[in-house]
Amino acid sequence: MKKPRALIIRAPGTNCDVEAAYAFELAGAEPSLVHINRTISGQVSLRDYSIFMIPGGFSYGDDLGAGKVMANELERRLHDQLMEFVNRGGVVLGVCNGFQVLVRAGLLPVPFGGQRVSLLPNESGRFECRWVRLSVEPGNPCIFTRGIDSLDLAVAHGEGRLYVPAWTAAEIVPVLRYASSDGSEPVYPDDPNGSFEHIAGLCDASGRILGLMPHPERFVRSSHHPRWTAVGDFSQASDGLIFFKNAVDFALRA
Amino acid sequence: MAHRIEVALRDDLVDPREVDVLSSIRDLGITGIERVTVADVYWLAGSLSDAELRTAGSGLLSDPVAQVCGYDGEHVRETKPYSCAMETAYNRGVNDPLEYTILKGIQDVGIDGVARARSGTRYVLYGSCGPREIEMLTQRVLLNPLIQHVVEPGEDVFPIEPTYEFELRHVPLLQMDELERGRLAASFGFSMSEMDAVAQHFQSVGREPTDVELETLAQTWSEHCVHKTFKARIDCDGEHIDNLLRSTIMQATRQLNKDWCLSVFEDNAGVIDFDDDNAVCFKAETHNHPSAVEPYGGAATGLGGVVRDVLGTGLGARPILNTDVFCFAPPDMSYEDLPPGVLHPRRVFKGVRAGVADYGNRLGIPTVNGTLRFDPRYVGNPLVFCGTAGVMPRWAARIGRQQPGDLVVLMGGRTGRDGIHGVTFASEKLDDSSVDSSRSAVQIGNPIVEKKMIDALMQARDRHLYRRITDCGGGGLSSAVGEMGEKTGVRVYLDRVPLKYAGLSYDEIWISESQERMIVAVPPKNVDELMKICASEGVEATVIGEFTESRRLELLYNDVLVGDLDMGFLHGGRPQLELTASAPQQQWSGEDPAPAASLGNALLQILSSLNVCSKEWVIRQYDHEVQGSSVLKPLVGRDADGPGDAAVIRPLLDSTRGLAVSNGINTRYGDVDAYWMAASAIDEAIRQLVAVGAGLERVALLDNFCWGQGAEPESLWALVQSCKACHDMSLAYGTPFISGKDSLNNFSVFRGRTIAIPHTLLISAIAVVPDTEKVISMDVKSAGNALYVVGNTFSELAGSEYCALLDDAGKKVPEVRPEMACATMKALSAAINEGLVVACHDMSEGGLAVAVAEMAFSGGLGTSVNLAAVPLGESIDRDDIVLFSESNSRFVVEVPLSSVQQFEQRMEGIACGQIGTVIEDAVVHIQGLDGTLVISVPVTELKAAWKRPLDW
Repeated sequence: MKKPRALIIRAPGTNCDVEAAYAFELAGAEPSLVHINRTISGQVSLRDYSIFMIPGGFSYGDDLGAGKVMANELERRLHDQLMEFVNRGGVVLGVCNGFQVLVRAGLLPVPFGGQRVSLLPNESGRFECRWVRLSVEPGNPCIFTRGIDSLDLAVAHGEGRLYVPAWTAAEIVPVLRYASSDGSEPVYPDDPNGSFEHIAGLCDASGRILGLMPHPERFVRSSHHPRWTAVGDFSQASDGLIFFKNAVDFALRA
Repeated sequence: MAHRIEVALRDDLVDPREVDVLSSIRDLGITGIERVTVADVYWLAGSLSDAELRTAGSGLLSDPVAQVCGYDGEHVRETKPYSCAMETAYNRGVNDPLEYTILKGIQDVGIDGVARARSGTRYVLYGSCGPREIEMLTQRVLLNPLIQHVVEPGEDVFPIEPTYEFELRHVPLLQMDELERGRLAASFGFSMSEMDAVAQHFQSVGREPTDVELETLAQTWSEHCVHKTFKARIDCDGEHIDNLLRSTIMQATRQLNKDWCLSVFEDNAGVIDFDDDNAVCFKAETHNHPSAVEPYGGAATGLGGVVRDVLGTGLGARPILNTDVFCFAPPDMSYEDLPPGVLHPRRVFKGVRAGVADYGNRLGIPTVNGTLRFDPRYVGNPLVFCGTAGVMPRWAARIGRQQPGDLVVLMGGRTGRDGIHGVTFASEKLDDSSVDSSRSAVQIGNPIVEKKMIDALMQARDRHLYRRITDCGGGGLSSAVGEMGEKTGVRVYLDRVPLKYAGLSYDEIWISESQERMIVAVPPKNVDELMKICASEGVEATVIGEFTESRRLELLYNDVLVGDLDMGFLHGGRPQLELTASAPQQQWSGEDPAPAASLGNALLQILSSLNVCSKEWVIRQYDHEVQGSSVLKPLVGRDADGPGDAAVIRPLLDSTRGLAVSNGINTRYGDVDAYWMAASAIDEAIRQLVAVGAGLERVALLDNFCWGQGAEPESLWALVQSCKACHDMSLAYGTPFISGKDSLNNFSVFRGRTIAIPHTLLISAIAVVPDTEKVISMDVKSAGNALYVVGNTFSELAGSEYCALLDDAGKKVPEVRPEMACATMKALSAAINEGLVVACHDMSEGGLAVAVAEMAFSGGLGTSVNLAAVPLGESIDRDDIVLFSESNSRFVVEVPLSSVQQFEQRMEGIACGQIGTVIEDAVVHIQGLDGTLVISVPVTELKAAWKRPLDW
């Protein structure tokens, strides 16, 4: 069976690209790491791929707002390629800085609908790296989270507080929410940034475009988990990999 | 013409920056300010139409959903009345880190007419405050006068481009009398004997030196670049030491002669074999003086520098981890105790933390661990140690060799006036006027420029496009190119170096320490391909010269020869320093304190001491997961907040082989005995590796000496003793040193009072872990498991946290019994690798009591411990000594009942005692030597005490 091709795009300051490519490889895709300039110049075309990912990092240093400059490149220089890609049924994943880019480029929550929500500095005012508990929104259309109810993932960001103005609240399709271990309303640090309705990730109406602050590519083997040394329970778990496997499965069936 | 755009969050949104500024103002004791609003300000030079201006604001400079823009004179977010408004901007000579991105981004949104851009911040204060308070909070919270200023009404924030008229300057050294020569020596940082050697050399050449030649010699011969003290001839109470480094630390490495040591003490970092196909390099650097005056920028560039060391090792390594150690004065020091001209330790702490984190996080290098040390003597001289490891193919492990005709290519950032004289600054003492005089020594880094350079260089390395690489660090081009050309000769065209702004003279170009620059030696046939890679990654690269076979350093500017030095003299002409070391007059005469009234309270107080307490506030602000390599994180345990020992990573994603990394540092022992301080630091670093399951088979060490006044006889004597300990322990453990660093002048004189830092030796250790699936963490795992102490306890309280708590000196510092230590560590690591141990924690500050408490609260379980079972190296009849002695080479170990028998067999011949068990009831119970309960404290209380001090 031919492996689906995944384009992992990077800009100056992107830094989670290698492990993202590795996760796609483990999941059965054929990943390519491509500098955004090569896509803009036309040397590499989105036409040849079925998965498009924007990994984490600090694109252009996050100068002028997290993901802002790269978002402008997507919106103004890759617009037609992206529209063709999305319309043909391609899947899009943005993790951390990639989520910030998707939001600012107007690909989420409504593809090509302009920027409607934002990701603001964490309520704590700090960059934070920690593992969080996430619950998957029941009945959401997202293709990436099929088969998972809840999972643990690492977050590492300074600007992850989802801000949703009243006029767009109805358009939001939540996929992942920060959760507490006992099911009560999550407060800091269970919700590490103070997001709107504790939302950690959201998708478009089709379920094929997902943006999330946590890093699924940082949990592709059991020993990634912070408690793997505690007991044998974690010997099989590598829940982050499911996101990538689901994307590959979807691309294979499409 | 300049446009001004102001950007702020919408009124209904909380800006955490404002909260932070307000709390920092309150920290100063200013209570009249009730509210602060903050806005970003951008100035764009160019003529824009109104529509274009609005596109720039809404399309690039702001977030249209959450922010609002004000154009030209408009202000946003603020309300009236306010008590004070001010705008800060970078000083004219300082590069604005946002300018490049603004200029790029503005073209993306279709605007062409912007030539320059600057950024700033607008602060509006509400409430009541007087002019004196405003002045204070401006200087201490809102800006750092070294790099920023308050914008005056009507001020043009754009720097005027200065012009430079080339004029070759000779220095009339040969005509000078003794006095003038002394003054000249002082201004270049030469000693008198060095100045005389320079004069003699130019006498024989038959001409006066040019300024750039003197600069080159001064940089190349500086303490920072050649480590003069370590290479000096020392008379140590009658013992003659010729080159301390070579005769102690390097001597041990040579004697050990490990075949897995691929490159030691010859390159920017030491290199060891990782898995036959790949090599790992490791280096720790300091950036102390710049961090004292501009904590954020100084510390950030410190990290940037050590990362370039790794990038410039062999033929280039990919950075895979950072480990950072900071030493500060206590953050609660009162302003009255603060010497004049010194930044408050809390501000230094926050600035350093932010600088290193912002730079490291942006580069995408995980900060896997580190530590903090506090001592009032760091007040004027904080220490910032940044360590970085990298991985490279084994073929790239050795230092390259250029050939005559190869081109000198300068890559990365542009050259400005940054850090001029940083090297001599780094080797000088600081005083009241340092904040004023060190302006140009402070550099502003740009991590994204460095990240792009790493991306480009890794591709160029794998295509074998260059023959040699080095970083531009201290001394800039003068050190990098001068060193690289030593064996061949090199010619540099200084006018070809790309500049940030006009107006630099040829000698400024040559010695500038602008960040993010690397030098590669490229065969002419490969230059086009290298340039293509650089262009595709957006990295600037310029041919600035060529290697020759003249064995001369030739510098040209506009075709005029401005410098022409013989490489032999440049690198071999420095007269060896002659120093005297002598043992202190007074013998240590401290006595052990009387036992504390309550041992439970003593434990709680020690857990709350700055050197022991949780560093979570710092750790969480560093990304320790990026690169997907994490195996053991800095914080471990049930709630992921326990203090892990060594960190473990898997640098190659598809291999279970890994690296363990740790640090050892304890300055208090050094006040008593520098030999045992060094030995203890080595033992601490190594036992942290062992605690996670690493073996001693492939452990490499780095030394990093920071001394107060390194050349003072007693201080130098302590340095000699430390080096001897490094030599002895290195041999005893079979763990070679592979690289090192020193910074020996960390003292300040304030109004005649000298404050020197304590002797500080940081030992960084790295171990290759064959199978990372077998490593363990320090948190207790299950009730019912047996707890053991492995390693003998001695009555060694001097320099301990317990003595510090009781304000007593203590009698004996912890010694190291290397034979016993080695056997203990080998047996324990074998037992861990056999799977017999589920948790292990090394005993360090606070001894057994702290180790047991930390294991218990990290696992969320209790312990029942009996001190009578603790193996003792000598007779001890006091519970407090058994609990709090900081004897080396000891561990607390948790063993499941099913493995107890096997574990005890493996420990035969090793000091080992079952001290108790893990219990469900989450309380730490400890019985004294006579069986009575001496400590019984719930783990929640212990943990809370441990978390409190730095929970900011």
